[in-house]
Amino acid sequence: MFAAFLQYLFSGLTSGAIYALAGLGFAIIYNASHVINFAQGEFIMIGGMASATLVAAGVPMPLAITLAMIISMAVGVALEKFAIEPARNADVVTIIIITIGASIFMRGAAQIIWDKEFHSLPAFSGEIPIAVLGATLMPQSLWVFGVAAVVIVALWWFFNRTMFGKAMLATSHNRLAAQLVGVGVKKVLLASFALSALLGAVGGIVVTPITFTNYEAGIMLGLKGFSAAVLGGLGNGGGAIVGGLIVGIAEALASGYLSSAYKDAIAFVIILFVLFFMPNGLFGKRGTDRV
Amino acid sequence: MNFKTARTGGLALLAIVIAAAPIGFSNSYYYDVGVNAMFNAIVCVGLNLLIGYAGQISLGHAGFFALGAYGSALMTTNYGIPPIGAMVLSAAVVGLLAFLVGRPILKLKGHYLAMATLGIGIIIHIVLKTESKITGGPDGMSVDNFSLLGVTVMGDRMWYWVAGGLLVLTVWLALNLIDSPVGRALRAVHGSEVGAEVVGVDTSSYKVLVFVVSAMFASVVGSLFAHKNGFITPDIGSFFHSVELVTMVVLGGMASVFGALIGAVILTLLPQVLAAVEQYEAMILGAIMMGTMIFMPKGLLPSIVASLKRRGAGK
Amino acid sequence: MSLLKVENLSKEFGGVHAVEDLTFSVEPGHIHSIIGPNGAGKTTLFNLITGVYTPSSGRVLFKDRLVSGLKPYELAAMGMSRTFQNLQIFFNMQAIENVMVGSHLHLNRGFLASFLRLPNVSRGDRECRKTCTELMEFVGLAKYLDADAASMPYGALKRLEIARALAAKPEILLLDEPAAGLNATESREIDEVIKRVAASGITVVLVEHDMKMVMGISDHITALDYGRKLAEGTPAEVRANPDVVKAYLGAHA
Repeated sequence: MFAAFLQYLFSGLTSGAIYALAGLGFAIIYNASHVINFAQGEFIMIGGMASATLVAAGVPMPLAITLAMIISMAVGVALEKFAIEPARNADVVTIIIITIGASIFMRGAAQIIWDKEFHSLPAFSGEIPIAVLGATLMPQSLWVFGVAAVVIVALWWFFNRTMFGKAMLATSHNRLAAQLVGVGVKKVLLASFALSALLGAVGGIVVTPITFTNYEAGIMLGLKGFSAAVLGGLGNGGGAIVGGLIVGIAEALASGYLSSAYKDAIAFVIILFVLFFMPNGLFGKRGTDRV
Repeated sequence: MNFKTARTGGLALLAIVIAAAPIGFSNSYYYDVGVNAMFNAIVCVGLNLLIGYAGQISLGHAGFFALGAYGSALMTTNYGIPPIGAMVLSAAVVGLLAFLVGRPILKLKGHYLAMATLGIGIIIHIVLKTESKITGGPDGMSVDNFSLLGVTVMGDRMWYWVAGGLLVLTVWLALNLIDSPVGRALRAVHGSEVGAEVVGVDTSSYKVLVFVVSAMFASVVGSLFAHKNGFITPDIGSFFHSVELVTMVVLGGMASVFGALIGAVILTLLPQVLAAVEQYEAMILGAIMMGTMIFMPKGLLPSIVASLKRRGAGK
Repeated sequence: MSLLKVENLSKEFGGVHAVEDLTFSVEPGHIHSIIGPNGAGKTTLFNLITGVYTPSSGRVLFKDRLVSGLKPYELAAMGMSRTFQNLQIFFNMQAIENVMVGSHLHLNRGFLASFLRLPNVSRGDRECRKTCTELMEFVGLAKYLDADAASMPYGALKRLEIARALAAKPEILLLDEPAAGLNATESREIDEVIKRVAASGITVVLVEHDMKMVMGISDHITALDYGRKLAEGTPAEVRANPDVVKAYLGAHA
């Protein structure tokens, strides 16, 4: 009984950590630009696919991982530079369509650059399961938790302790004021996409040994990360983390106790629930729109 | 050119094009593609009321389309309800669903409808795939012919004329609506919500109304599609299909009835033309979405009209 | 009997009182001006009265009915309309259509009727177009009858908002800085329009920086400073009030 529950919890926390990273990616871009980047999931896919195929081609793992992160960031920067920047003053609907277009484009490109097959990455430190109170935990899951934790701490440090991170936060509060005190808003936007792409790639890389990845994997991961961000309150970093873990755990419990077929629906049921009953999410600010 | 002549002229031109197109059709495959193009056009004209006029976006319209299709399929096959009744009932159910979703969400400021419809669409898709006892699951299910008053609509040619007639009717209705108090209120919502509110426009109700109507358009076409095709799979309700529909609207032109129609026709024909490079379809679709929004955010038709106007003014 | 009463109204934004414990009333048929330096809370006050914001405390009575908490469109139906300091024009529509939206409440708004373009809808639209043309002429926009709103200059858009608000047939009209950004000639013309609106029996509440205009046309003035009432009375009384001179006129002189 308890062992089964624990097993579901482990698997939920593992995917939840990835959703949290994706949710953070949404939050960072949303804060910097009020853009909801529907292409967030593709960064996860690119991270996973690039590292997996590089390793398969004989590139040493650490180098493959580094390259995958760089590739993903380059894609993020290109997306901002060539698709978001030129339409920066457009309305929200326009930007939503652009990022969805970008997502579909990247998916199509991935299918051509790679293929339609599933790819995997060897686990970082073996595949011998660890027994915990009757449940088993894959060592790779520990990597997922650990990496997610490190990333979150690093992000906290970046936004609270570095000049540039603080500037990014300032921009999210008041773009004009930030501009007036000399924060380069363009640079902040670019950095937010690079950072989100990096987060996505990291998530994609660490989870690929467990879940495998293919050209289509990004869309579901991205949308679930998005529901994590909505649940936490759009633009709230801490909220996205909590939201991601809740979505992951809810999904694992539902697939364990209710029906595994509906596993993928849980995140979207959560989105609807949040929008109906607490549109600001768990930790979102209640906004007053000025006229 | 004033609105009235643009409307009558446009409608007449549309009717002529639909009537004349078959001259170039060498076999029934052309009719089949033509029907699909017109079906998509009807959905897009409806969807454009929401996107182009009310300034809201739905990422789940394929879900409503699929509900219409499966509603008709199930009601006619399992309960012997006549196709027209099944179509109306399905549309009513979809309308109610859209109302229940739209009412609370469209009261919020911001683009929450995109998120909610995304959720609804994906949930519908998953349900259709999973409940295989009822829907046949991913393998799909077959659907009977559409018949009304003893006449059975069969074959691509006959469907072509039915779809053509419905398309003209849809465009007429949409043009009526846009140039009416309701339509102006909708456009005002897009222009400035608070500006519309202070002169008495209940903006959230109008948004709900147009969302419900556009969902019902999708449902009706879904029903017809099911009968015409004779076979349906859950993938007609996929997120990708929803995105395709949105792309048709934005490519042709937001806030332009004929624009949405043209966008639908172009994107329906594109895969036929590019059949050889099928694997590039997703990339091309994505590139069209981005490119249109970046380089001509108003879409094809309005951009062309604007450039003609400029040239005319320059003389 | 006062047409509009504001009682102990307050609005807070994150600890800052934009409007604080404000009480005043507007008499029917008056031109009632609200003055005060930038940031005195005038626009916030308008947003509170017209239902765009919900008050933190206090209440607003319109025609002796408690209206705080009502939506702007509900207030419009009761006979309240307004313009905006920063324009809220429907730039995606023609100028005349902007005004026609103003008539929204007075037209057949049935969905099916609109969809099928029933005869009474087209007839209503024809008449509406006529009255809206007259309204545009009334505010001096005759030459923009066929224009797209997006192609009109700033000064014309200010008037377009007034025409739109008038199309709603309000009993009370709130004008938020109608002369801001206009040159002297345009300003005088707006001045004339406001007087004519008032003469037609519509009560006008005016927020304006142009002191010459305010002193010239107002029946009653309420002066605000930091969200609080500083003084009120006739233009002469307010002009003579030392607090007002110090806080407002003094600051500018």
